[in-house]
Amino acid sequence: MTAATISPKPGGLKRLVERYPFLPALLIALVLLALNGFYQPRSVSFIGLTGLVKTYLALMLLAVAQTYVVYAGDIDLSVGAIVSLVNVVIVVMMEKMGGSGFSVVAALCVGLLTGLACGIVNGMVVAALRLQAIVATFATSIFFTGLALYVMPVAGTPAPAAFWRTYGGRFFEIPFVFYAAVVLALVLYLLARTRLSTQLLAVGDDAQAAFQSGLPVTAIRIKGYALCGVFAALAAFCITGDTASGDPLVGGKMTLFSVAAVVLGGSALSGGFGTVVGSIIGALIIGLINSLVFFVGTPSEWQNLVQGLAILVALMAGVLVGRRARA
Amino acid sequence: MTATTQTPSAPTPSPVLTFLKRPLVVALILIAALLLLGEALSPGFASGQQILRLLIVAALLGIVAAGQNLVILGGREGIDLSVGGVISLSAIIAGNVMNGADSAILPAVIVCMAAGALIGLFNGLGVTLLRIPPLVMTLGMLGVLQGLLVVVRNGIPSGLAAPGLSRFVTQPLLLGLPGIIWLWVAIGLLMAFMLTRTVYGHRIYAIGSNEQAAHMAGVPVRRMRVSLFMLSGVFASITGICLIGYSGSSFANVGEQYMLASIIAVVFGGTPLSGGKGGYTGTMAGAVLLVILQGILTTVHIDESGRQMVFGATLLLLMLFYGRGRAMRG
Repeated sequence: MTAATISPKPGGLKRLVERYPFLPALLIALVLLALNGFYQPRSVSFIGLTGLVKTYLALMLLAVAQTYVVYAGDIDLSVGAIVSLVNVVIVVMMEKMGGSGFSVVAALCVGLLTGLACGIVNGMVVAALRLQAIVATFATSIFFTGLALYVMPVAGTPAPAAFWRTYGGRFFEIPFVFYAAVVLALVLYLLARTRLSTQLLAVGDDAQAAFQSGLPVTAIRIKGYALCGVFAALAAFCITGDTASGDPLVGGKMTLFSVAAVVLGGSALSGGFGTVVGSIIGALIIGLINSLVFFVGTPSEWQNLVQGLAILVALMAGVLVGRRARA
Repeated sequence: MTATTQTPSAPTPSPVLTFLKRPLVVALILIAALLLLGEALSPGFASGQQILRLLIVAALLGIVAAGQNLVILGGREGIDLSVGGVISLSAIIAGNVMNGADSAILPAVIVCMAAGALIGLFNGLGVTLLRIPPLVMTLGMLGVLQGLLVVVRNGIPSGLAAPGLSRFVTQPLLLGLPGIIWLWVAIGLLMAFMLTRTVYGHRIYAIGSNEQAAHMAGVPVRRMRVSLFMLSGVFASITGICLIGYSGSSFANVGEQYMLASIIAVVFGGTPLSGGKGGYTGTMAGAVLLVILQGILTTVHIDESGRQMVFGATLLLLMLFYGRGRAMRG
């Protein structure tokens, strides 16, 4: 900055949003939280918030998964199918191995590997074979759904008690999901400091420039998809802990919500700009909208419509505010 | 192109190869191959009657894909994820307005197309005035429409197709072909004429390949884009109306399966998602290709799981035949 570039100093608020793009989303989330508390005081109690986190931790993780692909300007429409696949794989494995503590740990490891493998497949198809991400990951989602149906043709196999009791349980009076959230925060913090996050953003910002400055663009995009698969597997663990059973179609509806959460969080679908924190808040916004619509006393048949409208409005607001901040 | 544009350093590929690489030709060859495969797997698959049935299903997909095609051609990451919601909504509205009476077909068509155009208008305004990315805007709209469907379905019965509409979709009308096929052919001719011979069509390609340049050249970019989304809504509503004629009555989320299928039909037709090039003739072939593939998979006796895996893998394989992204160059 030289004296020649004296320009009206950007307002403090604008600079703040520039530095923390998720601030608008946080504001929306806080307003929604306050409204939730106004209409149903118990919803902001400790138990109420535990329930919210327990139900929406899966979507938060899936939104995080989607974020890493969106960083690089890609998209993954198969995340829901990966969730379904990992869900049935771990439930079947835990059941086959007798449901002991060891079987749970073994199944979770296999689940993580399954997610990783799915992510790598997506990455190969999109980045190495250079197919268009939207249609290619839709095709892989059909494939993954087929695999899930092969592993478990009909929904209903219960997960062993050792698993969901832990997920829904408490340790030292603190619910397990909060420990999970803390560990997640730590992992995300560390990931944000790795080179991969920066590289993904660089590729999303301008793939050609990234390539010309020597970055292995294809490998980076594959890594983004792989990371996405791993977080989708983690999301599947949470779903399994929450529903305590296997369902080969459980994640299908979550794909589009994960994209919505990323946008709500202020990330740009065109890539190169975004934060995982924003996506987590985006997932929370969806959860808070859903519960608020319920608490306000909307007639049941109107709830979906009101939720849909509220999410559309929030999406628009997210895009507009995000752009204002970057402009 | 004239011979002078050929540089000696880059040998031009043989005309045969160029011809074979055209998306439409690729799609037609694949269609023929799949028909042969289907006939080999289950004799009678490629019989006239069966092909006619597949063509009716392809017409349902092809009509909604026309709108999708236009939105994608218009570029700027154009895509319409709300078509599935429009189809479901229009099927249920059409069923209730008709309620089994031939005299009510015209009002039903008008109401549905108006609804489709209105939804498209909202999509288009969101994309142009508020500059929301099309994927986000139409995704949000899809959520709204799904909610609207719940409200509508709780309030009114699922509706009944008029016999005249069912005949139009399923029974032979002219030269042994049902009305819907003729409608599809007409739409195909209109689209081809519009895209190649009219100012409007040229402007679609113009905004799709370089919006800035089109704007400089005086193309009303925003109004164009809004109109493309409106057309997409209208085409989706037509598919919705025909769908209730095909199935007799509407059921929950009939349109859902058309959302990504319409996009894949466009891609299989040789229109890349980046827009600006391609056309509708290819998309028609793409729709037929997709429907034949699904037809084969339902005829062969394999589990649902195997069917899905084969379907997904085949889609990926087929995508390799079409335009892949350019490799990075230093």
